[in-house]
Amino acid sequence: MHDLKKEVNQIERGLFKITFISLFSIVLLHSSAKAQTAAEIITQVKARIEKVNNYVAKGKLLTNVAFIKAPVAQVKIYFKKPNHIRIRNVSGISFIPRGSVNISLDNVFSDIASYDIIDAGKEAKTGFRIIKLLPNNDTSEVVLSTLYIDEKKMLVMKATTTTRDNGTYELQMTYGKYADFGLADKIIFSFNTKEYKLPKGITLDYDVGNSKEEDTKLKNKKGKVEISYSSYVINQGVPDSVFQ
Amino acid sequence: MDSIISVKNLVKDFREVRAVHDLSFEVGEGKVYGFLGQNGAGKSTTIRMLLTLVEPTAGEIKIFNMDLKKHRKEILRQVGAVIERPDLYKYLTGMENLRIFATMSGIKISEKKLMEELDRVGLAMRAHSKVKTYSQGMKQRLGIATALVHDPKLIILDEPTNGLDPQGIADIRNLILHLSNDLFKTIFISSHLLSEMELIADSMLIIDKGKKVVEGNVKELFDPAETIVQLKTTDNNGAYEKIKKSELKKFLHDRNPECIMLKLHRDEVPALVKELVQMDIGVMYLDSRHSLEDYFLSLTSGQQHVEPFKN
Amino acid sequence: MWNLLKIELLKIFKRPRTYIAFGAITAIVFLVQLALKLDGKSYIDLLLSNLSGSFEFSGEFKSKLLNGYLVCFAILTTVLIQMPLLVALIAGDSIAGEANMGTLRLSLIRPVSRTQYMIMKFLASVIYTIALLTWMAILALFGSMLIFGTNDLVVLRSTGIDQIAAADVLWRYVIAFGYAAVALTTIAALAFLLSVFAENSIGPIIATMSIIIVFTILSEMNIPFYDNTIKPWLFTTHMVAWKGFFYVKATDDGVTISGSVANLPAILRSLVILLCYITVFVFTAIRVFRKKDILS
Repeated sequence: MHDLKKEVNQIERGLFKITFISLFSIVLLHSSAKAQTAAEIITQVKARIEKVNNYVAKGKLLTNVAFIKAPVAQVKIYFKKPNHIRIRNVSGISFIPRGSVNISLDNVFSDIASYDIIDAGKEAKTGFRIIKLLPNNDTSEVVLSTLYIDEKKMLVMKATTTTRDNGTYELQMTYGKYADFGLADKIIFSFNTKEYKLPKGITLDYDVGNSKEEDTKLKNKKGKVEISYSSYVINQGVPDSVFQ
Repeated sequence: MDSIISVKNLVKDFREVRAVHDLSFEVGEGKVYGFLGQNGAGKSTTIRMLLTLVEPTAGEIKIFNMDLKKHRKEILRQVGAVIERPDLYKYLTGMENLRIFATMSGIKISEKKLMEELDRVGLAMRAHSKVKTYSQGMKQRLGIATALVHDPKLIILDEPTNGLDPQGIADIRNLILHLSNDLFKTIFISSHLLSEMELIADSMLIIDKGKKVVEGNVKELFDPAETIVQLKTTDNNGAYEKIKKSELKKFLHDRNPECIMLKLHRDEVPALVKELVQMDIGVMYLDSRHSLEDYFLSLTSGQQHVEPFKN
Repeated sequence: MWNLLKIELLKIFKRPRTYIAFGAITAIVFLVQLALKLDGKSYIDLLLSNLSGSFEFSGEFKSKLLNGYLVCFAILTTVLIQMPLLVALIAGDSIAGEANMGTLRLSLIRPVSRTQYMIMKFLASVIYTIALLTWMAILALFGSMLIFGTNDLVVLRSTGIDQIAAADVLWRYVIAFGYAAVALTTIAALAFLLSVFAENSIGPIIATMSIIIVFTILSEMNIPFYDNTIKPWLFTTHMVAWKGFFYVKATDDGVTISGSVANLPAILRSLVILLCYITVFVFTAIRVFRKKDILS
């Protein structure tokens, strides 16, 4: 028993060495660029984002949840520092997942002081820097945020956030024209849905029976909301009344 | 004389009950034909068969010399009828009711003509009142108007005076006589009142329990020689013996514990009374009526005896 | 023929009883609209209570959700359950009522064949049904559109949510009302058939409603034994198929396909089943009536 523990320890130590060496080599390979600390990266990203005091964006919103069929909605997104966001439908109605508005990057960055910043290395496939943010108080709604940052562009490409009450969310960003402001052209917001079920006695459905394919589709509890931005009007002022 | 209605061996069974039993009769053109019988005798069933409301179990009905089943529409175009109490559409006016039945008979008719029809039955003043405000007599007259609106050759009336007051009965009687005498319509009329029929009918048929019992010309049926006198005396047995020994013997017809019955010509009744007094017979009650009436009443009393046991 | 139909329509539409149904529809629709206008938020909250865990609903969302199309949908769902009574009220009366009034015998001694008479009677009942439905459409659809405006229609089903873009809704209502007319005609045909056997109109009306209630319970209950045996053949199962026009197809991304209907073959099958019921009911009614001795 004792021996086994020793052995495991040795293996762990060996693995640590290997990891250390590989990390070291990565640092070497990138020696031209100055290796930044996680805090520095956060500061830079924050600085870029903070260039934007407010914006009004036009875009299309698509809710993709197994149990919802909805048309693509034309929306306007309003933002104002520090973390006011409002999505308004130009036409139609949109089902907006709980927390998706508040759990935005701005929300994290505006309150960055209340997080401990932990460097978690790089993602093997993409080379994005992984930085974990842990709130330093116990009352925070957010339990953990993990940011995947493209260091070259200093843009957050992906963020996963685990919340106390609303599960885990993932934001995935694609950038284009507005990358300089750290504003994405497309954001995909992924989340877990709760099971949807209404009693038939209430809905009084026309029940023709779902196909098996449809039934398995309905069991999928992953939901997505995609916002494709077509234009931003940046720092031209947004009245507070929008957010009320 | 052409037959307007010709019925041969008509039978109607309702499940096990035979309502009409091998009935045959003929109705001549332009006549008022009385169809008599007690309630439940089979009058209504027969009339309903004449009007295609009830399908005969067997037998043949010809109207205007055409088979009723084969030429239903052609025949009904020429027939007007009122069956029992016509309640009509109470929420509509008299005029609207009349228009409905005129249209159903396939005729186009002007408002003016409809008003004339209503006037004929004395309802012109109330043409635009709702039928629910009409009296029973007015409803009956409106019913007759619906039967006449398409100017039919044959008019069938089922108990048209039922439930009417004496004035109402008189109105209907006059209307029937007008239709017959002035407009030469053939009228087939059912009733359970012999006295009514005697006043208006040319011929009559009496049925009982679905069977024909008497048929004939009213004048012949009401032959005055067929008068029956019912006599009640202080001593029926003594009186009977006295009469038997006297000249009056030839009139003796029948007797029962309550009365003695004599049959004679109506004109001889005053002489009979005089003779009875002279013979010192203590007359308590004397009633003279026609033998047909007497017979018809016996059907009634038979009916009355059966009724209580049915309930 | 047209003259005979006109007579039947005159009889129906001159009758005070007929307008009870129109009044009832007006009252129900108005009361629902009033309640939703005054306290629509409670209704919407109730509707969304099962979803509020996963979604965020702003006041703006709720007020847009409560639009004329949704109100009409809510009214249709409830009123179409009550409407069979109003249809039976007239159709159940069509023969039995005439028998009761003593006008049946007066009508059938006219040179009109019984088949012709029955067809006219039934057509008149159908026209009444359509008139009633049209009246409801005007109040429930156009009235609600005026009062509540229009927006996307969100249809809550037991298994999911179908959201239809505002511009894609109106034609669905037109067709759905057409389908509802067929569904109610089935009730009219049933009441009409039962009417042949009775001499007062209460009997057929109660009998029609009893059959509908029993069938509806069987349709709504989820008993596997009935689900695959009798349920697919009950007309009540197919009467709600108008809702099928508000169930849409979506792309793999869950985007509603404009102008699509999720399961058109099923709706058409339901339609055919209802038409079969109507045919059987009316043919049987005529067959029985042709041979019937009129003793009323």
